[in-house]
Amino acid sequence: MVAEALACLVLVPVVAACLALVLPGRWRWLAVAAGLLPLPLAMAWLTGELGREGLITVAVAGFEAPLGIVWRLDGLSAVLVWLNIIIALLVGLHAAAHYPADKLNGFRFWPLWLLLSGAMNALLLSADLFNLFVTLELVTLAAIGLLVVDRKPQAMRAAVRYLLLALLGSLFYLLGVALVYGQTGTLDLYQAAGVLQPDLLGHTALVLMTVGLLVKAAIFPLHGWLPAAHGNAPGPVSAVLSAMVVKVAVYLVWRLWLWLAGDWAIPAGLTMLGLLGALAIVYGSLQALVQQRVKMIVAYSTVAQLGYLMLLFPLLGLVAFQATSYHLLSHGLAKAAMFLAAANLLTRLGTDQLGDLRGADRRMPLDVFTLALAGVSILGLPPSGGFIAKWLMLQTALAQGGWLWVGVILVGGLLAAAYLFRVLAVLCARPVACPELPVSGKADQLTSLVALGLALAALAAGFVPAPVLKLLATAWPLGGAP
Amino acid sequence: MTEWLLFWLPLAVVLVSALAGLGIFIAGEHRPILRVSLNLAAALAKVVLVGIMGLLVMAGQVPEFNFALLPGLDFKLRADSLSMLFAVLSAVLWLVTTIYAVAYLERARDRARFFGFFSLCVTATMGIAMAGNLLTFFIFYELLTLTTWPLVVHNGNRESFAGARSYLVHTLGASVFLLVGIIWLYQLTGGQDFIAGGYLGELGLDQYHSLRIVFWLLVIGFGVKAALFPLHAWLPRAMVAPAPVSALLHAVAVVKAGAFGLVRLVEDIYGFELVQTLGLDLPLLLLASFTIVYGSVLALFQTDIKKRLAYSTVSQVSYITLGVAIGGPIAAIGGMVHLVHQGLMKITLFFCAGIFANLLGVKKIDQLDGIGRRLPWTSLCFTIGALGMIGLPPVAGFVSKWYLGAGAVAVGREWVILVLLASTLLNAAYFLPLIKRIWLNEPARAWPAEIDASRLEVFGLVGATLATTGVAVGVGLFAGHPLSPLSWVTGIVTDYFP
Repeated sequence: MVAEALACLVLVPVVAACLALVLPGRWRWLAVAAGLLPLPLAMAWLTGELGREGLITVAVAGFEAPLGIVWRLDGLSAVLVWLNIIIALLVGLHAAAHYPADKLNGFRFWPLWLLLSGAMNALLLSADLFNLFVTLELVTLAAIGLLVVDRKPQAMRAAVRYLLLALLGSLFYLLGVALVYGQTGTLDLYQAAGVLQPDLLGHTALVLMTVGLLVKAAIFPLHGWLPAAHGNAPGPVSAVLSAMVVKVAVYLVWRLWLWLAGDWAIPAGLTMLGLLGALAIVYGSLQALVQQRVKMIVAYSTVAQLGYLMLLFPLLGLVAFQATSYHLLSHGLAKAAMFLAAANLLTRLGTDQLGDLRGADRRMPLDVFTLALAGVSILGLPPSGGFIAKWLMLQTALAQGGWLWVGVILVGGLLAAAYLFRVLAVLCARPVACPELPVSGKADQLTSLVALGLALAALAAGFVPAPVLKLLATAWPLGGAP
Repeated sequence: MTEWLLFWLPLAVVLVSALAGLGIFIAGEHRPILRVSLNLAAALAKVVLVGIMGLLVMAGQVPEFNFALLPGLDFKLRADSLSMLFAVLSAVLWLVTTIYAVAYLERARDRARFFGFFSLCVTATMGIAMAGNLLTFFIFYELLTLTTWPLVVHNGNRESFAGARSYLVHTLGASVFLLVGIIWLYQLTGGQDFIAGGYLGELGLDQYHSLRIVFWLLVIGFGVKAALFPLHAWLPRAMVAPAPVSALLHAVAVVKAGAFGLVRLVEDIYGFELVQTLGLDLPLLLLASFTIVYGSVLALFQTDIKKRLAYSTVSQVSYITLGVAIGGPIAAIGGMVHLVHQGLMKITLFFCAGIFANLLGVKKIDQLDGIGRRLPWTSLCFTIGALGMIGLPPVAGFVSKWYLGAGAVAVGREWVILVLLASTLLNAAYFLPLIKRIWLNEPARAWPAEIDASRLEVFGLVGATLATTGVAVGVGLFAGHPLSPLSWVTGIVTDYFP
């Protein structure tokens, strides 16, 4: 049963993607529904199992590692799979308003959307370094396909840049994987963990793989491709790019450093990664502060927020792990909400230039409200998931006397306040003239409500963190240090 | 049944205005009758619920709502007698201010947004009043910052954004200090409830250094909202907000939240004994004293009515801090009772200033000449409020000053009397010229911007003002009555200084 449920997470969306390609017209809706709706059911059942077992591993088709491929579901991947499913469904609902499956642009959009969500699940379940490479490529390619689905010139340019850099990153990663395979004779991450030695080759492999992944994760200073790509993509695609696609790359860096090289004791490397994160927070926030378009501000905010995920390395510990993972989750929800709300503003008002958005709160109150609500979580103010994450991060940083990290976390919050309130102040300003909008249709209301729902979910995460944190704790590999 | 009531009542008291806020957003701009009735119904319901809770607390019960966010991190709402003091004040003044604001904003735009956030702001205030531990306090304290921002920018012009920016820079900056201080305390002791006499007493000498640092972190965190010098600069700038907002901000919500936090800090977290042992009481006392004189001196130089009132608030709110920093039961009574008394008098003054500005366009002090003949009732209320601020019996302000002075003498800090005296003289110096202008000067030919207000509008505006004036005089006149704030505070203080 477990194996079937895991297979369902991966195969159902992928098969549906193929169906969406071949089925005609309205039947495509059916493929889309069949590809996404069973996912939460399967995952709910699997989460129950995981709660009992603590860890689920399945050898695909009965071949054990090192020969075969192993799927592995632990607390961390479970949380990310959940995020992926929620994003695929809710953001998909938003996308349904702009990409009707029976129209041409829907035909372009939905197969890629389904493929992306299936590939993401496969990536999160993979325990095998080469498999991870394949799924990561699939995720990247599907994402780039989605990025250009509207065929806008700016998006095309951004996509080419993203593609080239992502391929470069993949090369680095693959080189590292080859080294690991040469050293250990296995591609299974968890088998290699005990065998790979922290010698020159081992370190080289780790560094190569990490650099490759940091490009895909857009961690400062390798973030160059992100703002243009996330800022110019169609609304739902921006949301999924920021909420999931870059996150899985960070997730893989975590897997490498804490699982593969968990007992290597390389404090300099950990601090280095933490410093990159700190620079990302400061640099991304400052850039967000000077951007002139709402979507670019939100995109640079992603650059900054990804930095917090890197703080896990210097703060290393169970609570820091829970905190950063929870940050990943709540940022995913809040950022998706923000991008969707920004996309609604862009679609209905025809622009997202800050200067032209004065008085938008009168015309589109719900979307402005969503931006503000999601902002609460991004700022790390209570009550929100972002606040819980920030509280826990500060708690470990203070307990370790890491004043640098305390400072970075707090300054990041203040800078986030600066760039978000800059947007809100313009949106609430009184315009010189304020032409009435055409009455909003059903589709417009739906898109606004979806964005609001995601923002509310980010706030709700502030009230019920306990079960998620408990699930995460079962995945922590390095013992119960504070 | 009682168990159930004691558990859910605190949450209901907090949430009733939040639900009203959501309802107001949904009702929107174009259904004013639904919106206003929803607002008034919620305000009335809140007064009733707070009343029930007050009766329960008086009967010795402790209503408490508890929800564990994480092991060791509790979201806790609890009504002790100090909470009730603040809760009753907020609930009653919310009702009055709502009536006033409905009349005041009759001709304004964006009313749904305004009243929605107004209700949320009261939710935050109520949460601060009932917070049972520091985490809960912080949650509502930050919520207050966020929900007041749309109120400050309400007019949507350049000045209001500048004022709002200054407000955010100060409050969010302070929240950083507050958060670090709170997490540090959680490291030292775990998440403990507020308790009379403080819970840090058992910590050993080796922690005293940390405790001193944490104390100042928290003083900065609370001091910004309490407008303690040198963290007060946002307050006069936030005067760009509409009058009902200024009134509520100054009398109940923001400024009082900070002052209430300082009271909690000294009395319920550290305990006065520990504050004294750590040698922190004198610096705090000096800071409060300086703020009192400084605010009054600056008030003298303001030509704008609301600005003068704002600096007067800077000065008057520090009486509360002064009261808890002097030490000893009598001064503590003076400080805590001023929480209520200052609220009543200041809201009256702001209501009056709002009426002058709204009906006649009078915003500057030199435009006040002879306004007593045009608006006699409002002018009377303004005069009573101002005299109360100066400390003239029988208005409420006198009672506070009396207790503060007597308390200072009781613990041998006679010099505080000089501060009170200086402040009283300065209060007189900046309020009496206004009163003279109002009643004795000849009116100008025409008022700056007179509007033709409907009878209902005037009734709402002046009625609310008369109500707060009446209460401000009443609590001073009947200070000995068992239900007066003074008696209630005396009851609280006997818990702290047995």
